[in-house]
Amino acid sequence: MDFNDTPEEAAFRKEARAFLEKHLKPKGSERASRDRANMLEKAKAWQKTKAENKFAQITWPKEWGGRGGTAMQNVIWGQEESKFDAPTGPFAIGLGMCVPTVIAFGSDEHKERYVQKALMGEEIWCQLFSEPSAGSDVAGLKTRAVKDGDDWVINGQKVWTSGAHYSDYGILLVRTDPKVPKHKGLTMFIVDMKQPGVEVRPIHQASGGREFNEVYFTDVRIPDKDRLGDVGAGWKVALVTLMNERLAVGGSPGPDWAEIMEYARDHGSLSDQAFREKLADWYVAAQGYKLTKFRTQTALSRGQTPGPENSIGKIITANHLQDICNSAIEMQDHFGIINETDRMPGDAIFQQSFMWAPGLRIAGGTDEILKNIIAERVLGLPQDVRVDKDKPFDELKSG
Amino acid sequence: MNFDFSEDQKYLAGEARKFLEAESAIPVVREVLNDDDKAYSEGLWKKIAEMGWLGTAVPEEQGGLGLGMLEMCVLAEEMGRVLAPVPFSSTAYFLTEAVKLAGSDEVKNDILPRVVAGEIIGCYAASEGPGHPDPANLKTTFDGSTVSGTKIPVTDGGIATHAVVLAKEGSGASLVLVDLSGAGVTRKTLSTLDPTRGHAELTFDKTPGVRLGAAGDGASLNDQLMDKVAVLLAFEQLGGASRALEMAKEYALERYAFGRPIAGNQAIKHKLAEMYVKNEVARSNCFYGAWALSTDAPEMPEAAAAARVAASEAFWFASKENIQTHGGMGFTWEVDCHLYYRRAKLLAVQAGGPKVWKEKLVRALEQKNAA
Ligand SMILES: Cc1cc2nc3c(=O)[nH]c(=O)nc-3n(C[C@H](O)[C@H](O)[C@H](O)COP(=O)(O)OP(=O)(O)OC[C@H]3O[C@@H](n4cnc5c(N)ncnc54)[C@H](O)[C@@H]3O)c2cc1C
Repeated sequence: MDFNDTPEEAAFRKEARAFLEKHLKPKGSERASRDRANMLEKAKAWQKTKAENKFAQITWPKEWGGRGGTAMQNVIWGQEESKFDAPTGPFAIGLGMCVPTVIAFGSDEHKERYVQKALMGEEIWCQLFSEPSAGSDVAGLKTRAVKDGDDWVINGQKVWTSGAHYSDYGILLVRTDPKVPKHKGLTMFIVDMKQPGVEVRPIHQASGGREFNEVYFTDVRIPDKDRLGDVGAGWKVALVTLMNERLAVGGSPGPDWAEIMEYARDHGSLSDQAFREKLADWYVAAQGYKLTKFRTQTALSRGQTPGPENSIGKIITANHLQDICNSAIEMQDHFGIINETDRMPGDAIFQQSFMWAPGLRIAGGTDEILKNIIAERVLGLPQDVRVDKDKPFDELKSG
Repeated sequence: MNFDFSEDQKYLAGEARKFLEAESAIPVVREVLNDDDKAYSEGLWKKIAEMGWLGTAVPEEQGGLGLGMLEMCVLAEEMGRVLAPVPFSSTAYFLTEAVKLAGSDEVKNDILPRVVAGEIIGCYAASEGPGHPDPANLKTTFDGSTVSGTKIPVTDGGIATHAVVLAKEGSGASLVLVDLSGAGVTRKTLSTLDPTRGHAELTFDKTPGVRLGAAGDGASLNDQLMDKVAVLLAFEQLGGASRALEMAKEYALERYAFGRPIAGNQAIKHKLAEMYVKNEVARSNCFYGAWALSTDAPEMPEAAAAARVAASEAFWFASKENIQTHGGMGFTWEVDCHLYYRRAKLLAVQAGGPKVWKEKLVRALEQKNAA
């Protein structure tokens, strides 16, 4: 048990820090840094800089433009990059979830065509799983793919697709056989988002922004060679994506215990007993989650696969984000409801995150589903009563 | 023992609900939400004035209906349910109660009939920056005839005709009534978490004002005013929380996942049950607060604080878990969940956040204990 860097790790940290200092500003040092305009260009440029300097995708093999580094180096990189204003948002889903799925199930031709470009920040990916009647129950999706010669013809609708409006490619989960039980009739594809028949309509979010979308497919043709995994094996492929999703989205962006502590100190609330107790709770849970990730990384570095334990991350961080923002607003009293970046402490970061937090508790698996996963897959408790498991999909109820 | 509203009051509630559901359906709220230049629904406001609601608790001598505070509580709950986008609380709770509490006969006779007639829109201006305004450390001053200083944020400050201002006078504080058409008033619109209620920054530069009550009585008057307002706001919160639970229930019964309604899942059932428990705890505390308010009971401080604490918690919980129950739909602009989430936060921090009221509650209990 040793939490200090080994000499090699310390050397890597130093190198990473020097690189970051050269290219980025420390977090929160500049008001403009939280400006959303030109976010995409900034993110692309930063991704390219990282890739050219072998700091993009630390653990990916060198042949695909990664660093070929260790899991610990990846952790160290994450820790250091998070101290800076790094515009990574638009790449989180593609590089965290979609492209790893392509690497796991794609052909050599796919890897050659897509991986490097994504890594260099030239192409952005989105994940097309959820549908109007299939969110938590992703396997209940209805978008159809019908074989026609060497192509598949896709018709249907996806929803909540983050970043679809600026994505070049997506991984698309569809139903290829409605006559078998729902998990058995799914297949995964790579889809070109810019081709005819793909229509992206931004959705206005509760937070006021428009970052996710509805995506309509009308007679969209996908060549069979762009299939990921076997026909009917889409659920197995999706599980790999979802496992990576839980790893990727574990740490919610937004103010944490340290930020509200600083705020409370500046505004004289740090001596308040009730606040101190909450602060202690937040710290303990955040620290617990951080250390759990270390344990996961240790397992990874020993060649083991991360288990569903990672589900605790999103439950903790998303709920705490909501709770911390709520407390910060209450600490400011009536002043706390003002939502103007130039008038508010910390650029109204608590107010903005307050409106994002509900989404984080839903995206990437809701609290309730994640708790089910822990109960069933980690603790081995009996599965929920499942009325839909063995019935052919087209006989199921939905709504 | 009859710990409930009377038949007449329930009838009023039913009529108010019918009226508000017809006149203040969500599209009316959304008109205000979607138009940055709109701080309230003028149409609804006019109709509310015509119904005489602004005079509910105004004495008949001043043109009011002379009903009581219980009737105001009934209306407040209904306004809260539909998120009515009108300056009702600012006018009928903050301004009217301040004038009733501490205005001279002359002020009462001048202001209250105009409130009833719908000619006056009120606002309450206490906050000056982050944290709860402390009467001892106010920067806004009153020199006996004029007010100077900046108040931010002021709910309905952009549309109000009159403000009740908490200001420093000498070594104490005073409550001052300010006609906003007077000299030296500047208003700046603010964007806030709840765009369905207008907010502004108000700056006074030697603006004429009339003291409510005696010089230096401001802190204690303000406390009394806040107790009254707290109960009424708690009823609005209760209305919002009840509606949020209903929305969650309706959706949970309609929405299918894994082949059955999501309402069948224990996680969702527990969530809704917890909303219900918190709502009922709030309702009972609100009733007690209403009783204290309507009888001027000595228990008022703890009753008001308990109502406020319970209702803030209930609305916060119901509004956030209502979004959660709606899943991705709940996180869209088109679905109404976020309107309740936004309003829950506004009502919780307006007139003192939960921390302030918890402290008031414990202090009241301590005093009782010592007596
Ligand atoms: C900001 C945001 C970004 C997103 N980005 C993407 C994206 O890029 N790509 C993509 O494919 N999807 C995306 N999603 C979709 C997301 O994965 C789904 O919204 C989520 O899985 C919930 O599904 P749903 O919205 O259909 O809710 P539902 O499944 O209808 O759930 C409604 C409620 O029922 C509960 N519930 C459902 N089943 C059970 C059960 N068995 N036990 C207990 N409770 C249950 C849920 O927890 C929830 O509270 C995004 C969502 C959000 C909010």
